[in-house]
Amino acid sequence: MSMNNQGRPSAIPAGAASFDGVTGTVTGNRGLQIEEPLIFEQDSAGRTGVDLPELPKVASRLGAVKPRAKVGLPGLAEPQVVRHYTRLSQKNYAIDSGFYPLGSCTMKHNPRLNEKMARLPGFSDVHPLQPVGTVQGALELMDQLAYWLKTLTGMAAVTLAPAAGAHGEMCGIMAIRSAHEARGDSGRTKILVPESAHGTNPATAAACGYSVDAIPATADGRVDLEALKAKLGPDVAGLMLTNPNTCGLFERDIVEIAAAVHAAGAYFYCDGANFNAIVGRVRPADLGVDVMHINLHKTFSTPHGGGGPGSGPVVFAESLAPFIPVPYVTHGKDGFALVETVGDGPAFGRMKAFHGQMGMFVRALSYMLSHGADGLWQASGDAVLNANYVMARLEDVMTASFEGPCMHECLFDDRFLKGTGVTTLDMAKALIDEGFHPMTMYFPLVVHGALLIEPTETESKASLDQFVDALRALAERAKSGDAAYFQAAPRLTPRRRLDETAAARKPVLRWTPPVTAEALAAE
Amino acid sequence: MRYLPLTEADRQSMLEAIRATSVEDLFRDVPTSARLAGPIGGLPNHMGELEVERLLGSMAARNVPAGSVPSFLGAGAYRHHVPATVDHLVQRGEFLTAYTPYQPEVSQGTLQVLFEFQTQVALLTGMDVANASMYDGATSCAEAVMMANRVTRRKKAILSGGLHPHYRDVTTTDARFIGFEAVALPAAPTGGEDLLALVDDKTACVVVQNPDVFGHVRDYSELAAACQAKGALLIVVVTEALSLGLLTPPGEMGADIVAAEGQSFGNALNFGGPYVGLFAVKDKYVRQMPGRLCGETVDADGRRGFVLTLSTREQHIRREKATSNICTNSGLCALAFSIHVSLLGEAGITQLAQLNHAKAVQLADKLAAVPGVELLNDGFFNEFTVKLPKPAAGVVEELAKRRILGGVPVSRLYPGEMEDLLLVAVTETNTDADMDAFVAALTEVLA
Repeated sequence: MSMNNQGRPSAIPAGAASFDGVTGTVTGNRGLQIEEPLIFEQDSAGRTGVDLPELPKVASRLGAVKPRAKVGLPGLAEPQVVRHYTRLSQKNYAIDSGFYPLGSCTMKHNPRLNEKMARLPGFSDVHPLQPVGTVQGALELMDQLAYWLKTLTGMAAVTLAPAAGAHGEMCGIMAIRSAHEARGDSGRTKILVPESAHGTNPATAAACGYSVDAIPATADGRVDLEALKAKLGPDVAGLMLTNPNTCGLFERDIVEIAAAVHAAGAYFYCDGANFNAIVGRVRPADLGVDVMHINLHKTFSTPHGGGGPGSGPVVFAESLAPFIPVPYVTHGKDGFALVETVGDGPAFGRMKAFHGQMGMFVRALSYMLSHGADGLWQASGDAVLNANYVMARLEDVMTASFEGPCMHECLFDDRFLKGTGVTTLDMAKALIDEGFHPMTMYFPLVVHGALLIEPTETESKASLDQFVDALRALAERAKSGDAAYFQAAPRLTPRRRLDETAAARKPVLRWTPPVTAEALAAE
Repeated sequence: MRYLPLTEADRQSMLEAIRATSVEDLFRDVPTSARLAGPIGGLPNHMGELEVERLLGSMAARNVPAGSVPSFLGAGAYRHHVPATVDHLVQRGEFLTAYTPYQPEVSQGTLQVLFEFQTQVALLTGMDVANASMYDGATSCAEAVMMANRVTRRKKAILSGGLHPHYRDVTTTDARFIGFEAVALPAAPTGGEDLLALVDDKTACVVVQNPDVFGHVRDYSELAAACQAKGALLIVVVTEALSLGLLTPPGEMGADIVAAEGQSFGNALNFGGPYVGLFAVKDKYVRQMPGRLCGETVDADGRRGFVLTLSTREQHIRREKATSNICTNSGLCALAFSIHVSLLGEAGITQLAQLNHAKAVQLADKLAAVPGVELLNDGFFNEFTVKLPKPAAGVVEELAKRRILGGVPVSRLYPGEMEDLLLVAVTETNTDADMDAFVAALTEVLA
């Protein structure tokens, strides 16, 4: 693999990124924008950031395996490591730094109390295979979280095992397949998925051995009920539907949809990615949902952490409750117990090592207790109010895709940019220079050049106003014919637009040691 | 409610701007039959920080932290000392509260961390490339098998009896639903299985674990060559990533895919999660990999930068044709892993691995000297299996009464089987006094 810049931190080319007349500095750094080399480019051979005791003098016992000669890692002292990661962190936008309106991602505030609770040694320093008598508090916490999730959804059973939303989808679809198999119904080979669904839905259905049939959307951004009914039949195992859907709209016909699915002998899977819009106000069981995953990292504020870890518990109606995977917590006469093997019950199998994302369970329960029933009612109300407010204030300069009211997020398409030479992507990059993280772009696929905005309930009105004012100004600027301004954005970031095509064409996925002069001479 | 910035006045003026009469009115698309009239029943109202701390603190207090007593549990989760620096940096809001780096210009921090993480994982496993992490080791293993099915266009996986049973079960669960054959060999506490005899022209892959679930370490070079000769892939699973600091890595043995658990670096036990799955492959399989990948590129000014790349493999682009349905990774756990590995460096990682091994050798010898106890392993890293003169589960309960967490009974992983076997793990956190207390207590319990 060739590297673009192998072993050499890059300097700013002359004339690039001129800023207030300062074209370059001696160091290549610009104030707080520090050029941070890779950790492998900072090796001071032999250094370590960890002091360890002397080795006991014993002969090694590695059987037939040889000790390895070297790993190839760099050596740094602790202060160098701290500085490296601190500098890297400063190149990230985050919820803590500003508004992060990514549609479908629910980037709400991550309370630090949750972090503190998850770090109590009684939760963080507990081994999953300790004797059950020594982890009664951990099992109680899982039981409490299960109770909250069942109460909030109105469902009969819950598994906490899945590690993320898509993993929860796998779990739900596996349960649906198990239920059909248990009845000896083997002719069901299809899962119906609306066009507006997250990509994980069709990918999950395919991963569970089903073919995928897409249901079109109506002109008002919802599932076409007639088209759905026409597709239902003895070959359909289930429907995967996100509600509120990815256009930010509530599926008005959901009760009828559920009834039609059930009448056809199929199950109704709800993708709970957007549960934040209705949590504490609407119980999915009352809508006819059979099974649904919940993203603890969205609705219940466990941190996104640059892409993970997540947690995706799945709730089941009575009809599917017998098919949940292991493990699960039970009550016995000696307190809480763990069912860990399939042999002990009808469970369909195991999804993950050990018992699920405990660290996320603690954070989610901490969030739930902090809000309570009254706080969740207020939170979902504010989330929906915030989204509708943003939509109302932008409607006259941007093109909303559908009539309101929206739920927790509002969807615009790129009709307002028609003829301007400015794309959705350009708009997003210009928004970065205004100090915001862009909204979700080009999703859902049912509208052209989508811009999906989810403010969440943890934004103040002032924050929304500032965002709306910036977007309005940008929309006006785009229409004024200043396409060049957008095409060169962002200008004020640690990096300007990155060449993603080049990255994919010749993938460079790791650092490799620079070729030395001696090695070159030897060739 | 302390997390909600809107005031009642804000709400009123916003409703006016929307031209709505009330917040409830915004929910009018929800069928009335399903709309609650007020806060949901059966749950308490909101609590202040202090009350939450009291309540959760009381639950935490009903657990015995592994660090509060001599503790020797492993079996896929290991108690190592994590330097204070790691958690300090992980809790920086810029890392903690960022999302997946879909906007690279404002995510260079996360992206460079992932690029460095991928490099570290590739170096540790001895492989060409690694992805930006998976949920955990077990799901990584299952995805590796599915990838082998794709690469070879065959549908049979042979799972060694030394594979952690949770990894085996996650893989066989997937096999059942996705429709491939997973032949799981019986547990092999003393090794001695003939994997090669089972490889035929329908075999997609052989899955072995090193060190295996009973602690045995082996050289799989011959198996790798034999698999290659038959067109099958060798997948090597590692549940104790620190072993890669001392043992010949799977890549040097000829592994095609490495699926590992990275919890040992930077991540607390957390009762089993969240952990960090590692996934590394030979170069030629890059485009068949599941999960996210970070790659190097340049920006509009020609400066080096990083982006998520090859995403045409992934569900958000390919939908039902994706290589995997995975969306989330374990970003923050990968960061913790990466910081810990950076702190250790070449010298530290080697020394820490040697220290773990040496301490395990010491304890193995001490336990083997207890009357009735027999050591099953010739070669091991920091975990080994001992045979006891009575059922291990009862012994472990007795040890717990004496405030010692004395390993994992093998029957906890294999219900009803091998009841006299006990898995014992030793790390740098175990002192000589811990080991002596364990040996004394075990002697007493077995007497």
